[in-house]
Amino acid sequence: MYPEYMQDSLKKVEASRPSRLRLSREKGREHIFPAMTAAQREEVLQKFHPDYKKIAKRPLRIGVNKGESITTEVADILEAYSRINPDVFDLNHPDMETDVLIVGGGSAACSAALLAEQEGVNVLLVTKLRLGDSNSIMAQGGIQAAVNPQDSPIRHYLDVMGGGHFDNKPELVEALSMDAPLVIDWLIELGVMFDRNPDGSLKTRHGGGTSRTRMLSCKDYSGSGILRVLRDEIECRKERIRVIDFSPVVELIMDTDGRVAGAILQNFETDEYFIVKSKAVILATGGMGRLHIQGFPTTNHYGATCDGVVLGYRAGARLIYMDSVQYHPTGAVFPEQILGFLVTEKVRGLGGQPVNKDGYLFVFPLEPRDVESSAFIRECVENHNGVKTPSGQQGIWLDSPIIEELEGVGTVERELPAMVRQFKRFNIDITKEPMLVYPTLHFQNGGLDVNARCETSVPGLYAAGEVQGGTHGRNRLMGNSQLEITVFGRRAGTFAAQYAKSLEKTSDLTLEHVRKYNREVEKIGIDPARVSPILLPDYIPNHVKERQLTSHYLGAIRG
Amino acid sequence: MKEKETQKKAVAIYIMGKKFFVPEGSTIMSALEYSGYQLKRGAGCREGFCGACATVYRLKGDYKLRTGLACQTVVEDEMLIAQIPFVPVVKPVYDVNRIEPTIAVFKNLYPEVFRCVACNTCTKACPQDINVMDYVNAVERGDIEKAAHVSFDCIRCGLCALRCPAEIAQFNVGILAQRLYGKYLAPGSSQLEQRVKEIKSGKFDDEMSCIKKKELAELKKMYYERDIEPGEKG
Ligand SMILES: Cc1cc2nc3c(=O)[nH]c(=O)nc-3n(C[C@H](O)[C@H](O)[C@H](O)COP(=O)(O)OP(=O)(O)OC[C@H]3O[C@@H](n4cnc5c(N)ncnc54)[C@H](O)[C@@H]3O)c2cc1C
Ligand code: SF4
Ligand code: SF4
Ligand code: FES
Repeated sequence: MYPEYMQDSLKKVEASRPSRLRLSREKGREHIFPAMTAAQREEVLQKFHPDYKKIAKRPLRIGVNKGESITTEVADILEAYSRINPDVFDLNHPDMETDVLIVGGGSAACSAALLAEQEGVNVLLVTKLRLGDSNSIMAQGGIQAAVNPQDSPIRHYLDVMGGGHFDNKPELVEALSMDAPLVIDWLIELGVMFDRNPDGSLKTRHGGGTSRTRMLSCKDYSGSGILRVLRDEIECRKERIRVIDFSPVVELIMDTDGRVAGAILQNFETDEYFIVKSKAVILATGGMGRLHIQGFPTTNHYGATCDGVVLGYRAGARLIYMDSVQYHPTGAVFPEQILGFLVTEKVRGLGGQPVNKDGYLFVFPLEPRDVESSAFIRECVENHNGVKTPSGQQGIWLDSPIIEELEGVGTVERELPAMVRQFKRFNIDITKEPMLVYPTLHFQNGGLDVNARCETSVPGLYAAGEVQGGTHGRNRLMGNSQLEITVFGRRAGTFAAQYAKSLEKTSDLTLEHVRKYNREVEKIGIDPARVSPILLPDYIPNHVKERQLTSHYLGAIRG
Repeated sequence: MKEKETQKKAVAIYIMGKKFFVPEGSTIMSALEYSGYQLKRGAGCREGFCGACATVYRLKGDYKLRTGLACQTVVEDEMLIAQIPFVPVVKPVYDVNRIEPTIAVFKNLYPEVFRCVACNTCTKACPQDINVMDYVNAVERGDIEKAAHVSFDCIRCGLCALRCPAEIAQFNVGILAQRLYGKYLAPGSSQLEQRVKEIKSGKFDDEMSCIKKKELAELKKMYYERDIEPGEKG
């Protein structure tokens, strides 16, 4: 329920709805507000996007990307010591051996596991939480693929490049748009239930920055609709794909020829460490929302702590675009319990409109995300047209009831069941009342630099999914990440398996790269208490920490 | 307009019997963390999508064991809480390419489905408000399409199975129904089939290598001048 003081503003939204509705019907949804020109986009980004703030970035002092400016919080965890003491591990006696080790439990990891298994190699998948606990399972809006006759992979390519402000790596965008229909076909063969029209054709909608309707969905459980099938398939192939959960990788192992050749796992429950020897390793560890860049709330799952970037970087893999973070324009700001949660872009895809406290439209609803977010921030911070929440945040109304009028009564319930449920838990009926939203930390645009075969700059090390960089330039469009993780997950699985098969001899394992990295960290004077990857965010409040007075730890207590 | 919240009221909760005071309005998950628990199991998406945080609880003066998601349920004064983040149910292995979308598959893989006593406990336990019994019954009748649709919003929290007197793993039954429907029963898309053929035959290869080589200025021009397909009706 919205507090009393917001009622005035809510009435204004209702009052302006008929005229906004008329506009939408008469001019068409794509003309209800003029889209920004290139110059206008640039201006709003420069002035209001969080990435453009001075504190947002700082130069990295160690490693392959030394000297480059990257997101401050990421620089902090890259300039940190390893969690392990490399001297205590006897690498001559690995605890497990496999051909391909896959790190992660989202759709990139699962796709990789299935394709690697098809190549006939041994596959070990290890993940930090349960299999499936990931950003992948949370995706609501959908997945892009040029499946309609009026669309084509070429158009898809152009839209992705433009959305990314042309910084994208062309070979990755080519793979993305050309593989897309093939991936959808594969997913359907596995049993994914995409939304369809009565004639069997796949339902397609617009997303921010698409020039053709190209967004496929599974209601607003799109990510879950895909991942649950991949996970089920992995469980059905358990003879050949071994899964170990609650066991994050804390460091990669290399061999004396400079290849990545395994990893160290930490059993999350017993704090035992295990040595895995593997011919190839695929990092599919997802994003970094839980670093809470600039204090922003996030849409991401609990384990999204940028681990893969840290692991890869220590082993010498190059990063790309780690200076850029995606803020999703529509994160919930009210009620407080769901602060930062994602309100899917599909709301705007269905015709929902962002309006200010007086009920006025102030931006085209489907600008690219960074532009849309910046416009929201401008409307609140500069124009003072936001709605204040009881906890002092600001927000923009996202008019969802208008969808019922545009697309017919019952549409919201049918197309957005997860959203309806989410808000109903707090007594807000989004078929009748708008939602209050503000940008929230959503996606890691950059990551490990890979080619279209998912090879990083280090032999034996592959990366796929949100942890990879370059596909989206510095701005991703909705639906292209679910696509990226399946397209490149599959590619990584295939190419890593082929590499593993072709490897003729293996050499001795070593953690020398960790020792060397630790020395570099020491040289720049980092506090020994700063270790990474951080594995989980720290939400223990100070009043508890003040009493955690144990002075000497033995065994698996706090470390 | 009240902008700053006044100090929040505290409520008492019992985590597996031990008493803690936490701010009013917290979710069970944030209450656990506020109390000092470093969660490893029992937290995943934190937004109601993954089912990692299944929780049972009891309210003051009530004998009923209730079920919910820790990330979505707000604490109440004197609430007793325990998380059950894992349910050891059976998960049969099958090859989806080798089974048929018929009732026989379920009889074979999940014979217990047919011993459902129609008590509706599963439906009451479901934090997603799914009519769980309805989809179990649909499977019993061989209506795979209905079972697939009704079970679709399932997030695999496991709470239904924990409460089921017939020992059915409803969520596993549901995913099988969904896969069979998605693969065999949903109407096919001729457009998709066509597009897959076109890509495999190399229809777009030349155009792709051409656009990949375009100068930035030209590509930009193409982008800003491209036509936008009108949206859906309305
Ligand atoms: C709320 C939300 C909604 C979204 N909606 C959409 C959408 O509609 N369309 C779209 O295209 N994209 C969407 N996205 C983005 C997209 O879902 C993600 O970018 C994508 O799923 C990432 O997939 P992934 O497999 O790379 O990583 P994830 O799915 O995040 O998986 C990473 C896995 O790695 C594990 N892991 C992490 N560190 C370690 C470690 N050290 N050792 C072992 N395992 C580790 C994690 O536990 C996790 O299982 C959304 C994202 C969010 C958060
Ligand atoms: S059907 Fe069962 S497993 Fe699925 S959400 Fe409901 S209670 Fe949880
Ligand atoms: S709880 Fe079990 S027995 Fe009862 S209705 Fe549900 S499936 Fe049937
Ligand atoms: S943590 Fe995912 S549903 Fe609660």
